[in-house]
Amino acid sequence: MNEAAIRWISGPVLRAVTRDPFRIHEAVHVGAKGVLGEVIRLHGEEITVQLFEDGTGLKPGDPVQGQEAPLSVRLGPGLLGNIFDGLLRSLSGEGRDFLLPGRFLLPAGRFHLTPLVEPGRILKGGDPFAEARLAPDAHAAQLCLVPPDRAGEVVTMAGRGEYADDEPVLTLRDGQGRNLQVAMSHSWPVRVPRPVAKRLPVDPPLLTGQRILDCLFPVARGGKAMVPGGFGTGKTVLLETIAKWCDAEVIIYLGCGERGNEMAGVLDEFPRLEDPKTGRPLMERMVVIANTSNMPVAAREASVYTGITVAEYFRDQGLRVALMADSTSRWAEALREVSGRLGELPGEGGYPAYLSTRLAEFYERAARVTTLSGKNGSLTVMGAVSPPSSDFSEPVTIHTKRYVRNFWALDRKRAQARFYPAIDPISSYSEDADVLALWWSKQGAPAWAAQRRRFLTLLEEQTRLERMARILGKDALPPGQRLTLLCAELINDGFLRQSAFSVKDRYASPRKQIRMMGLLTRFMERAEAAVGSGVAVERIAALPILRRLQRMGEDIAEEEYERFDALEQMLEADFGALSGPSGEEKPS
Amino acid sequence: MTVQADLFCADAVTRIEGPLVFARRRVEVGLNEAVEVIGADGRVRLGRVAAVDEAFMTIETLESTSGLTLAGTRIRFVGEPVTFSLGPGILGRVFDGVGRVLDGGPPVAARTRVSIDGAIINPMRRAKPEDFIETGISAIDTLDSLVRGQKLPIFSGGGLPHNRLAVDIALHARLRSGKSEPFAIVFAGIGVPYDQAEAFRKSLEAGGALGHTALFLNLASDSSAQRLLTPRFALTAAEYLAYVEGRHVLVIITDMTNYCEALREVSASHGEIPSRKGYPGYMYSDLATLYERAGRIQGRPGSVTQIPILTMPADDITHPIPDLTGYITEGQITLDRKLDRAGVYPPIGVLPSLSRLMKDGIGEGFTHPDHPALANQLYAAYARTMGVRLLAGVVGAEGLTPTDRLFLEFGKQFESRFVAQPDGARTLEESMAVGWELLRGLPETELARLSDEQIKRYLRKPAADG
Repeated sequence: MNEAAIRWISGPVLRAVTRDPFRIHEAVHVGAKGVLGEVIRLHGEEITVQLFEDGTGLKPGDPVQGQEAPLSVRLGPGLLGNIFDGLLRSLSGEGRDFLLPGRFLLPAGRFHLTPLVEPGRILKGGDPFAEARLAPDAHAAQLCLVPPDRAGEVVTMAGRGEYADDEPVLTLRDGQGRNLQVAMSHSWPVRVPRPVAKRLPVDPPLLTGQRILDCLFPVARGGKAMVPGGFGTGKTVLLETIAKWCDAEVIIYLGCGERGNEMAGVLDEFPRLEDPKTGRPLMERMVVIANTSNMPVAAREASVYTGITVAEYFRDQGLRVALMADSTSRWAEALREVSGRLGELPGEGGYPAYLSTRLAEFYERAARVTTLSGKNGSLTVMGAVSPPSSDFSEPVTIHTKRYVRNFWALDRKRAQARFYPAIDPISSYSEDADVLALWWSKQGAPAWAAQRRRFLTLLEEQTRLERMARILGKDALPPGQRLTLLCAELINDGFLRQSAFSVKDRYASPRKQIRMMGLLTRFMERAEAAVGSGVAVERIAALPILRRLQRMGEDIAEEEYERFDALEQMLEADFGALSGPSGEEKPS
Repeated sequence: MTVQADLFCADAVTRIEGPLVFARRRVEVGLNEAVEVIGADGRVRLGRVAAVDEAFMTIETLESTSGLTLAGTRIRFVGEPVTFSLGPGILGRVFDGVGRVLDGGPPVAARTRVSIDGAIINPMRRAKPEDFIETGISAIDTLDSLVRGQKLPIFSGGGLPHNRLAVDIALHARLRSGKSEPFAIVFAGIGVPYDQAEAFRKSLEAGGALGHTALFLNLASDSSAQRLLTPRFALTAAEYLAYVEGRHVLVIITDMTNYCEALREVSASHGEIPSRKGYPGYMYSDLATLYERAGRIQGRPGSVTQIPILTMPADDITHPIPDLTGYITEGQITLDRKLDRAGVYPPIGVLPSLSRLMKDGIGEGFTHPDHPALANQLYAAYARTMGVRLLAGVVGAEGLTPTDRLFLEFGKQFESRFVAQPDGARTLEESMAVGWELLRGLPETELARLSDEQIKRYLRKPAADG
């Protein structure tokens, strides 16, 4: 083991002297408590270490012990359903109300193993060799993978039974005739992307159950999206809502420099919510990584890599994974803080010049892939960005924008009117939408792309007309334009607004979304025809169907599709009545 | 504290620069440990070890270094980080910004001594804040509810009645169940003028709450480095009262702007690279270490609820201080100068105000099943009113549609009858009744946030409620 002795310490940075061959990014334990750190600079006999935890009480002469490996995390069956800090140390456990720095050993979990291979089989890196279950009869099984950097012929494979997750259960003989021990869990350095066989184009949508996302700004599996918004615009609620209802099989929720009470809310709520597809508690498909804002900054920097490494591990099992990072700005700020302490030259906004590279590296780890074992897996990344002063021209926002394909901008005006999700339909965009049109038409909505285009144009037009109305007065607009404003308001209220807290409204299936889109399009067609034939806009605005359409999201639950049929009949009847006797009067 | 003579160090100081004292290191000393720098004049100045190497150490003093000399200065080592001695006797007492008794009384009998930096609450062990606190203020109770364990700052400006509002909340705050549970108020005045601190003390006294209050006063004339410690001492006391004594503690901190100014000053004296507007890049993390000390812990009876007050420089909500605060706290109550001028008290600017934890503490099983919908609809209608006002400002009220004119009227009523409370504190039921009544003035077709059922129950039979 490499050893060094502290020479100088200030804040989270220390310098130590050594004769041992320390490596850059090698993980270290410092002092008697074993405070975690990482080597960031080598200079002659001196190493510079960045501490991930509070170094209070450390003094010159204290030992620094190298771990001879870069900062790594243990990946295995014990992850799902649990909560960890930014260095993937479990936060569960009795009596630990407060977090104290230092090494705390993870008790190994025990799992029931079902072998999938027999001696003689040749295994390569990433191949599954066993299934692990929490209990012998548990339905949910996780695959145990050969670490990507190991391969060989199976010499021994443990039989069915209960084992600790770090206990060797498989022996491989590699090409040089050496025996390699493999446990259910293995270690992987967080800053190194896990290898894949092939990257695939992003394709089917990652359904979020949120109408404004799925229909207007959809994200594909393996895609990447950013959610910029000032404080109070609903970033966290939006990411939590997506975490609850999106159709990923595993969710990694990364609370990076955010609020402790919000994490408590997640931990309180998720175990009680049911996955709409499996009926199991949502928490069972989640890994929560919580590095709240008052936890040490350097660990915040590492937590982002920890999160995405865990996500890649599940992707490698051939699963559909989604990672929510809230918020990547706090991570960038951690980079800035650490860089400042090292005395590096600051770039734009005080951030280090390599900010853009780091962001690119992070978002590039999102992908749909063929795994090493030949399965298809995907990792979709959604990152919140918290621009200072809600200024979208600041470095983190603009650099992130270069690397993501979907931009979901949150708007303060909408949030203030409690219009959620407060995604601004004018400045947001989705580059995945064109690819996904095909999927929607296979779901029985061939008109999806056209309807989407129409909604977007209408909302664009609304902004323009409202500007005009501000000068001329609404009454001065011609009937056609007044109708446009009416329809745009209807789309906003009846389609884009969706309550995350209403049981009926919080999740909309593609089928419900298609029905709603269809009804609204039909309304616009009938209304335009009616205005064309001289019906006054005010009479359309007074139609009873309007309120029904405004509220259909909250009023009609999934599976109540016959109520949409009733709405459709009501719509036709209402417009039919318009062109009746009183409908023939000419506008003055 | 016992004096350890062997840990004195004389004639070691080699350089003094601003608040930093550089000294030769002759004893074992660890990072962040507390020291006392004693000048030739005998004055004791608190400090902490900011950096150490084999031969030297850097001490950051928390009081002015003026008057120190290289030769006559002695340093006493405490051997541990800055701590605060706490006991049940702290209520009813007045302390200075670094926890020394200021009211002339005897020192507090200590039961425990804890580091003022506080330990980080394990997010997994936090209990979800969901106990609705009735403050008696309609705009807060109905629209931006406060719950126990929340941190809800007041964004104010110079000359606005934020202190009065904070005291009103502190004196009226109660649970709706009417259960009486032990409570306490911790007040931290950071860089406040003497008369303000005194006014605070008087109004708490008049409200009969002084016996439940611990006051920490860092006056405007005290050293700025001490301002950084004042909230830490106050929060340490609050945590003791909450988690050891099981009380529900309301912490009022005023004024966080002075804290941030002090942070900037100290950072500059360390020669750190400044970030936005000269504030240090770590201001977010630093503020978080204060604000995150609000909360509840599973299995422990008490709670810490924070109401920090900050005055926005030039009323600018995008200034780094309110901006970073808003990113950490669970919402904000914003005061509005226009309303204040119009004589509205409390002058709460409803649209930019928010309470993130409200959803967990209201509705079915908490307050009233229709509370969330009412709040939503009032917000939507008032936001629409603002749009209409903008329009009316250009084209005049004549250019408005009849519906828009109804909204103008709604806005007027909303501000003068709902936000303003000439009648004093209201129960939640009273506040909600005013809310429903105002909505009656709007056409039903405009109330998309309410269900048919709610419209029928609250808006269609005005006579039934009277």
